[in-house]
This record gives sequence, structure tokens and C-alpha cells, in this order.
Amino acid sequence: MSAAPIELPRWADYVLVPALAVAAAFVIAGLVVLAIGENPLESTAILLRGALATGEGVGFTLYYATNFIFTGLAVAVAFHAGLFNIGGEGQATLGGLGAALVCLQFESLPGWLLVPLGALSAAAFGALWALVPGYLQAKRGSHIVITTIMFNMLASALLVYLLVNVMGRPGSMSPETRTFVPAAHVPFLHEILARFGVVIPTTPLNGSFVLALAAAFGVWLLIWRTRLGYAIRTVGANPSAAVYAGISISRITMIAMMISGGLAGLLAVNEIMGVQDRLLLEFTGGYGFIGIAVALMGRSHPVGIVLASLLFGVLYQGGTELAFDKPAITRDMIVTISGLVILFAGALDGVFRAPLGRFFASRRRGDA
Amino acid sequence: MTERVSPGRTEPGGRRWYSIAAPTDQRDDDPRMTATPALAIELVGIHKRFGEVHANKGVDLAVRRGSIHGIVGENGAGKSTLMSILYGFYEADSGEIRVNGAARRVRSPGEAIAAGIGMVHQHFMLVEPLSVTDNVMLGAEGGPRLAHGARQVRAKLAALARDYGLTLDPDAVVGDLPVGLRQRVEIVKALVRGADVLVLDEPTAVLTPEEADGLFRLLRILADEGKTVILITHKLREIMAITDRVSVMRRGEMVATLDTAATSPAQLAELMVGRRVLLRVEKNEARPGAPALVVENLVVRDAQGTARVDGVSLQVRAGEIVGVAGIAGNGQSELLEAIAGMRPIAAGSIALDGAPLGAAERDPAQLRRLGLLHVPEDRLRTGLVPSFEACESAMLGFQDEQRYGAGALLDRGAIVAHTLAEMEAYDVRPRAPLLKTAKFSGGNQQKIVLAREIERGPKVLLVGQPTRGVDIGAIEFIHRRLIALRDAGVAILLVSVELEEITALSDRIVVMCGGRITGERLPDRTDERDLGLLMAGVSDRAA
Repeated sequence: MSAAPIELPRWADYVLVPALAVAAAFVIAGLVVLAIGENPLESTAILLRGALATGEGVGFTLYYATNFIFTGLAVAVAFHAGLFNIGGEGQATLGGLGAALVCLQFESLPGWLLVPLGALSAAAFGALWALVPGYLQAKRGSHIVITTIMFNMLASALLVYLLVNVMGRPGSMSPETRTFVPAAHVPFLHEILARFGVVIPTTPLNGSFVLALAAAFGVWLLIWRTRLGYAIRTVGANPSAAVYAGISISRITMIAMMISGGLAGLLAVNEIMGVQDRLLLEFTGGYGFIGIAVALMGRSHPVGIVLASLLFGVLYQGGTELAFDKPAITRDMIVTISGLVILFAGALDGVFRAPLGRFFASRRRGDA
Repeated sequence: MTERVSPGRTEPGGRRWYSIAAPTDQRDDDPRMTATPALAIELVGIHKRFGEVHANKGVDLAVRRGSIHGIVGENGAGKSTLMSILYGFYEADSGEIRVNGAARRVRSPGEAIAAGIGMVHQHFMLVEPLSVTDNVMLGAEGGPRLAHGARQVRAKLAALARDYGLTLDPDAVVGDLPVGLRQRVEIVKALVRGADVLVLDEPTAVLTPEEADGLFRLLRILADEGKTVILITHKLREIMAITDRVSVMRRGEMVATLDTAATSPAQLAELMVGRRVLLRVEKNEARPGAPALVVENLVVRDAQGTARVDGVSLQVRAGEIVGVAGIAGNGQSELLEAIAGMRPIAAGSIALDGAPLGAAERDPAQLRRLGLLHVPEDRLRTGLVPSFEACESAMLGFQDEQRYGAGALLDRGAIVAHTLAEMEAYDVRPRAPLLKTAKFSGGNQQKIVLAREIERGPKVLLVGQPTRGVDIGAIEFIHRRLIALRDAGVAILLVSVELEEITALSDRIVVMCGGRITGERLPDRTDERDLGLLMAGVSDRAA
């Protein structure tokens, strides 16, 4: 027997609790801002304005959100199978390698072929990189949390080696490949719209955003509407029921990890093929880790993940503006706010859930 | 000497079952109230809701000091909720708890212990590698120096042994003790913490009949010495044998409180269900056909390499029910799971319809296709996915069937429609395919599993604990279905820890102990004592 389950109306569960978590994070962050002698209300206004008030701000916000959607979905798919995939960073790194190999190898292909091939290659490299920990978990019982963390380190070491010794631009000091051919570039949104005569500010927002939304829909379809998704959820929710149902846990573990790794690998489509147009170090920028918070906050549901990604996109973009406007507030401050959001939305979920549960229970009593 | 009114009359506004409860109450209470007014526990107007479920609807309960008070009711009637409120796991939405006449708030188990209420859980809360003394001391060490607390606990253990005959070796390692003695450790834990009121939740579920008798003798001694015992059970036989008074709950309400001497199992069953119930299963002679399932010299080992099933041979013919009796944990579960393909077998063979099964066929999905279906022992851990919608649980194991959608996609409409049809046929309540599986009562969850397995027309059906945690009304329904299935020519292997169920349903009974079969009996040529000895491992006396 354990404590009573906390029952909340759906809207409170999915909207009110996360909203309160974000509000609490901002209040505490506001106290820190106050402590360093800045005005928290003014700072919040700058942050929101920077992220949402201008077309340029919105473009950057959505560009950041694209990365979060990919990594958030990656974590969520593994999570549905009961696996905690910490390896988003490494899988995205390998995704970059996959994308770069295709883009550098098949320079003569037309863009309509090269871009999808590059994206497929990114997903495949991410998937295969995730398959190894998946295999070790399924067949050898090595804990996936440990192995995926190790594989993050292996991936970054591998990328350094390749860029310094194998793929690097000859004669260049910086560890990066040569620039891809223009055909390999995922078009920016402002480029696409310009063709139709619509002028929007120049931002890194590119076609990957559409791919991310499609991936979110695909994940929803996979998890809730396919046999494979049913098997994945059964393994995650009740492994012994999966054995009873004749579902192979090791097979599902490996498949779920591959899908997860593939989604993480797609981050490279945005960063490498959409923005940088070359492979370079550290392009994953910690998105793989924040994807864990995104999935947690979005309750592993694609809609929640898209919303949480937008929130983190706002924080990233607005935070950059804030750091620019207020020299006293550095980028570290934004990391602090993100951390507080993660803390309240993920780890301290119960702080709001328990009192809300009591509140709704007492209201029901009043009705009765 | 007292102004307390009989608990039956304190509640204003009589309820419709009052005609049953009131006469008994008044006739017996009034003279006794003046003689022994002491009520150890009173619950007044307890309400508790979980979301849509109104688990306790204004429940009143009065338990006399020094008595053994039984609480019966179907699963989901609200007994466990009520006791969880008394023990502080849940807080009531409204209502009052009185201990020895004084209102008290009990918001946590700690406060319950402080109020003198102790709980013995169905699943023991013991640390197996620790000694009896350490377990009893746990959470009540009495300061940073263990030696001091241990001395005190030892003194208390000695006192309990003296006063109640509750003998226990204080240095024995709990993991080495038989189940009956582990339960005794739980009781001692509660008493050492100063419990005057002991709540026992289904205490005999894990005991042999002999051990249960021992427990009842102990409870009687405790009651005679002034302790109060509240016994939650669904076994009417135990209620009749041991309690002084009995309260019946139905659908969250307390429908009657009766003197045990003035009632009968039939009346209690009727009160629990709200209609007349047949306590016996009606069935005709079995007409067994060819052997459908033949198991020979089966050995199953666990992860540590211990043989959990040790050379078991048995056969089940078409159109007969073979019951496997035994105390929980003697290899029956492993036997079922091995036959169902969920566990590897170390040696021996299994044949279906005369054809021995190869390694490739001993896979749950393959066996399903061959007509061997399985109602697993543990619904929630194995047979269903509690967090899934009922319709998703209703396709577990059959998720690849074409009726649920072609290709990779699932057809939600077909799944829901199919589940609804099964729910109609098996009277699952509520008929809500989209409700979470966990929100159904035990009986209705079991019906979802049975509908899923039986509806596919099995050749061989493995059934584990079909009525564990299932209410009386549903038990009747499930038993009738199993008998009908047998009469239709299905071979049924039934594993149950309920001896009554085994003897009522089986055409042949085999008894397991320590992974071996200790004897085989015909149900009409044996009794509980005989089976109890076999269950305890006393080998067959060649009857």
C-alpha cells in the first residue's frame, strides 16, 4: 500500500501544473535578478519581447525549438519503452557525421535528392549509435543510462579525431570540414518565402522545423496507433505482461533505442545541413541533455514536447537578447532559469501536484 | 454509568438495510452496553472519494474492546479503504475516528501507532536478512545506540511470550522462518509498538490450514487479554469460526453489523452481494477425452539455479479440470509459466494434443496459436497493463490479430467495438473500453482477462488464481464459465491457493510442495486435513 494517487482533471494535469512550475521558476529567477541589482519585471519583459515581439525573435525561437523537439521526441520514445536514453548528445553527434558524409560524398546530386539522403543518413547514424547501448541492455543487461553516457563521450572523441585527422579541411587550423555544396543546404524559411514574394527577417529557421513537426506527428502515430507502438508501451509499462503477450523485450528494446537515436540524429539536419553547412565540433550544444527536460515536461507526449520545446526556445532566444541588453545578466543567468524550469517541472512536480490534488478534492466534496 | 448511545442509533436517518441490522443490535446491545460500554474504535460517517469512485459512503463502524470483529465485503466494497483510513494511509474526506471514545485525527501510520492501532499487512513488511529482534526494533530503535533498544525489544518479546504465548526466537533470521512465523513477527511488531487494536488484512492468504488455526488461537488469546482485533477477510468460513461480530460492506456502504453467532454464511453472502448466492458450484460428471496436455518430468530453475519445479509429471485430458493445490510459492506459479512458455525449462517435456513441443514452439505467441491459452495468476503484473485503457489490455497477447487492424496500424474503432462486445458477454462493469484498466475492480479486471482468453476457443486453458481478489458475485460467474468450458471439451489446468475452489471445480487434484507433486486425489475422496498434510509436504500415505 502506498500513498493515495493524486487525481487531477486533465487540463490541470497538462496545463496548470507545468504553468505553475514555469511561474515558480521565474519567481525564483526574479529573486536572483533582484539580488544582482536588476529589475526582474523589466528583465522578464525584455526576455519575452526578445523572443516573441519581433519576426526575427520568433524565427530564432522556432529555430531553437526545432532542436528541442528532435531531442525531446528521442527521449520520449525510449521512455515509452521504459528506457532512459541519456545519449541524445552522442546520437546527434553521429547524426552530424552521417549527414556530412553524404553531403560531402554526393556533391553532384540535386538538392531534392541530396537533402533527404543527408537526413536519412543522419537518422541512420544516430540509430546505429543508439543500437549499441540498446543491444548491450537487451542482451547483456548493461544499464542503458551508463552506456549511453559513455557513448556520448565516445562520440565526441570520435568526432574530434575525424575532424582533426581525417575529414578536416586541408591547411585549416580549425577542426571542421569544408563547406557543403549549396544543394546540401536545407533552405531557410526566409529563402522559401522570398520565392513567393513574402519577405520575413533573416533567421536560421529552416525547413527542419517542418520536419520536426512531422516527426512529432509520426511519433504520436507510432506510439498510439501502431502495433509496434503498442508493443513498445507494453514493454515500458509492464515487462512481465510483455513476456506473457509474446512480445520480445530485447527486440523492442533495440528497436525503441534505434528510433530514439534516429530522432536525436535528425538534430543534425537543423544544425549541420540547415545552419552551419559544414561539420564542426560541439554543434550539439547540450540540446541532447535538455531534451530530457523537454520530454519530462511534455509528459512524453508529442504535443507536450512541442509546447515545452517552444518554451525552451523562448528562454534561449529571449535569454540571448536579455544578456545583450543587460550586461549584468550573463548567459549563465539563462542557464539558471532553464535549470529552475527543469527543476520545478521535472523533479519538483509533486510540489504543485499534491496541494492541487487536495484543492480539487475539497472542491468535489463541496459539490457533493 | 454511560451516556453513550448504542452505535446503531447514533446515526440519524435510518438506512434501508436498517431492518437487518437494528433488531440484532438492539436486542444484544442494550444489556451489554451497560455492562461493557467500551468501544475501542468508532468510525463515524466516513466518506472517501478517489476521483469518480466513492469508495466509502458515510461508513459507520463500532468495534468493542476485547472482541474479534470481522469485516467482509466484495472486492471494491471499501473495506481496505476504510482500514487504510483507520491506519492513516488515507485521510477521510469527512467523518470522524474515535479511539476509546475520544475523537482523534489519524493522518499517518505514525499517528495510528501513537493511537494504539497496529496493522498486519497481507504482504509482510519485513527485512528478510535481519533477525527477529532487528525487525521488531526497526523504526523504534529508541536512540542512536542500538544495544539499548535491542535490550528493550528483547524484554518486550519475552513479556509477549509470557503473556500471550507468542514465542519467537529473537535471534532467528526472518528469511529463514516459515510464513506463519513471519506473520507472527508482524503481529509482535504491532504489539511492541503498543497496539491495543490489531488490524489484520487477509491474514490467512499465505497460510496452510494448520497455520491459520494457529493464528486464530493466538487472536483469541489476544482478545481474551483485552486486545481488540479487526479481521478483514473474504473467507466466510473464517468469519464464522473466529469472530464475535461481523460487519458487512457493500459498494462503499456498511450494510449490516451482526453478532456472528446469530448469522450464517448464506446470510452474509447475500448481504455482501445484495442478492442470493450459490456457495456451491453445480456441475455434472466430467466426460474426459484424450490427453490434451501432457507434462513429463518437468524441471524449471530460477535465476539462482534452484529447481522451483522438480520433476513434475501430470496430464490433463480434454473435458476435465485438474486442480493444482499448494501453499503459494511451492512451484505452482513456475509450473504454469513454464507450460505457458514464459519460462525456460531445464529438463522434461511438454506435449500438446499428443505432439511434443520443441523449443521454438514453447513461446507464448506460438502456444497461443496452437490453442494453449493462459489466464495468469497475477492479473495486474502479468495479465493486464494497469496503465492502459481497458480495450488495450483486452488485446494483450493477441495484438497481432487482423481483427485489430491490417498491417502496422491499429484500428481503434475495431478495438473498442471488439472490447465492448466482450464486456457485454462477460458483464464487465462499467462497460467502458476507454477507462484505464487499473480503475476496474478486481473482479471486472479478471473478467476482461477471461473474456479475452476464453472467447478465442482454447484447447487447453491454464488458469492461475482465477478468483483471487474477486468478489463473490463474480466468483460464481467465473466458476460457471470454467465448468461450461470444461463441458465443451477444453482441458483446464487450474492453480489456486484456495482449497475450497480447488475442491469445488476440479475433477482431479494434484498437490504440490517444494516443487514436487506430493499426491493426487479425487475431490470427493479427500478433505481439507488430508490436502493440508500433502501441502505441508507430508508425503502420500498411499490412500
